[in-house]
Amino acid sequence: MKLLNTSMAAGALALLPSLALAQDAAAPGFDEIGPYIMTTLLFLVGGFLVFWMAAGFAMLEAGLVRSKNVTMQLTKNIALFSIAAIMYWLVGFNLMYPGDFNGYFAPNFVPTVLEPVGLAAADASLDYASVASDFFFQLMFVAATASIVSGALAERIKLWPFLIFVVVLTGIMYPISGSWQWGGGFLSEMGFSDFAGSTIVHSVGGWAALAGALILGPRLGKYKDGKVNPMPGSNLALATLGTFILWLGWFGFNGGSQLAAGTVGDITDVGRIFANTNMAAASGAVAALILTQVLYQKVDLTMVLNGCLAGLVSITAEPLAPSLFGSLWIGAIGGVIVVFTIPLLDRLKIDDVVGAIPVHLFAGIWGTIAVVFYNSDASLVTQLTGIVAYGVFTFVFAGIVWFVLKAAMGIRVSEEAEITGLDTSELGMEAYPDFSKG
Amino acid sequence: MKLIIATIKPFKLEEVREALTEAGVRGMMVTEIKGFGSQSGHTEIYRGAEYAVNFVPKVKIEIVVAASQADQIVEVISKTAQTGKIGDGKIFVLDVQQAVRVRTGETNEDAL
Repeated sequence: MKLLNTSMAAGALALLPSLALAQDAAAPGFDEIGPYIMTTLLFLVGGFLVFWMAAGFAMLEAGLVRSKNVTMQLTKNIALFSIAAIMYWLVGFNLMYPGDFNGYFAPNFVPTVLEPVGLAAADASLDYASVASDFFFQLMFVAATASIVSGALAERIKLWPFLIFVVVLTGIMYPISGSWQWGGGFLSEMGFSDFAGSTIVHSVGGWAALAGALILGPRLGKYKDGKVNPMPGSNLALATLGTFILWLGWFGFNGGSQLAAGTVGDITDVGRIFANTNMAAASGAVAALILTQVLYQKVDLTMVLNGCLAGLVSITAEPLAPSLFGSLWIGAIGGVIVVFTIPLLDRLKIDDVVGAIPVHLFAGIWGTIAVVFYNSDASLVTQLTGIVAYGVFTFVFAGIVWFVLKAAMGIRVSEEAEITGLDTSELGMEAYPDFSKG
Repeated sequence: MKLIIATIKPFKLEEVREALTEAGVRGMMVTEIKGFGSQSGHTEIYRGAEYAVNFVPKVKIEIVVAASQADQIVEVISKTAQTGKIGDGKIFVLDVQQAVRVRTGETNEDAL
């Protein structure tokens, strides 16, 4: 407590230059440290909003799987987040941002180290933000990528092979490919533009999920005699709550990715990003609402939820430049994409339980292309180059990892376990023990 | 004594219960069931995939009444539960051999 008070007092002094009397002439004024403090705050607030998206994914997935698999889905969600947090410290962060912290040729496989306690202003990188806040913020993104995979492969994958995949994804795959753009790598030098990660986070998760879904195969009985057998989710209230939580978290996801808040221009941009992000979510939902009514004569809530998320993914590559109307149509096209591609995946017999591939991969590709409409610095060729680079690397790398896991330990539960439900067969614990099985 | 088994549309349950109470019925058993009759099933769409709903939700009412009352009760149910559309349900009447009220040991019509 004493320590805290001292540092708070020091902070207050620093914030009030008039109180810093003659002997403190060397102490920096707010003009110098203000931007650092504001940007650090942006990372902290953005970081805990993006953290909350883990809850959103958990609820969305718990609601869209059948009740016999809910405990397993929740277990995977908290485990994958925790593993991502540890792996990103152990290797991920420094692998992803080699230029910032290690220099390109230094060994990158080193754990993240924070600043010392009570950092002096003179020792801080005043043109940016604290390392700890940056690490905290970036780590939330890698966890989002892993969450995408868990939803697509739900209801038939074994727990431990999935978690081993998460170790590789969050410790190695995502940081390597992320460094191409955000770590100052070759795509960044080419002029590729992906503001908060339509491709770098969402499509990467989608590609890893697609590779997994192909190698794992569909749930038993999902595709029989040329017909698709729907397996309705257990709790649409949870799925809706999860979607709203993701929507909230996305303000941190996109807004925090401004990576600066210390000037009028920067903080105004953050506000602009919030408003655009919200608009794209709304228009994605409305597009799916209208389209399912027209196509099926009834609104399908699960598709409206997916449409909203697709709107969010679509605007993530460029949430700053578009007008509100621009965000509206970019998000709406995202919503349309999921309504058409969810049945398309079913026709290809690719079983994606929660619609993760349409939402994160297809809408992510769309969002990355859509950057060129409002950002004059982006070119279509470069955007497509980035999309293909991430696609090939992630799909091939993930495919190899899934194949190795399949050969080494098997990735799919037995037929009996799948029919009984993963909750009782793998965990011996049900999410809803008082209710009948479904 | 007669056992009357009626399957009706779930939204008609409250109306039927009121009509039966007015007609002097003092107890009934109600179960939510699924089944099919001439209504058969129908199709629904979930996430773009059409699927058949082969069993339609219904409510099953079971009432035991004195034999003399049976015809009247059947009429009350069929009148109240009727919408005129397919799927209104069916009523069956069976003989009951014995009834016992557990608390008092009363038997047959005294136990109803």
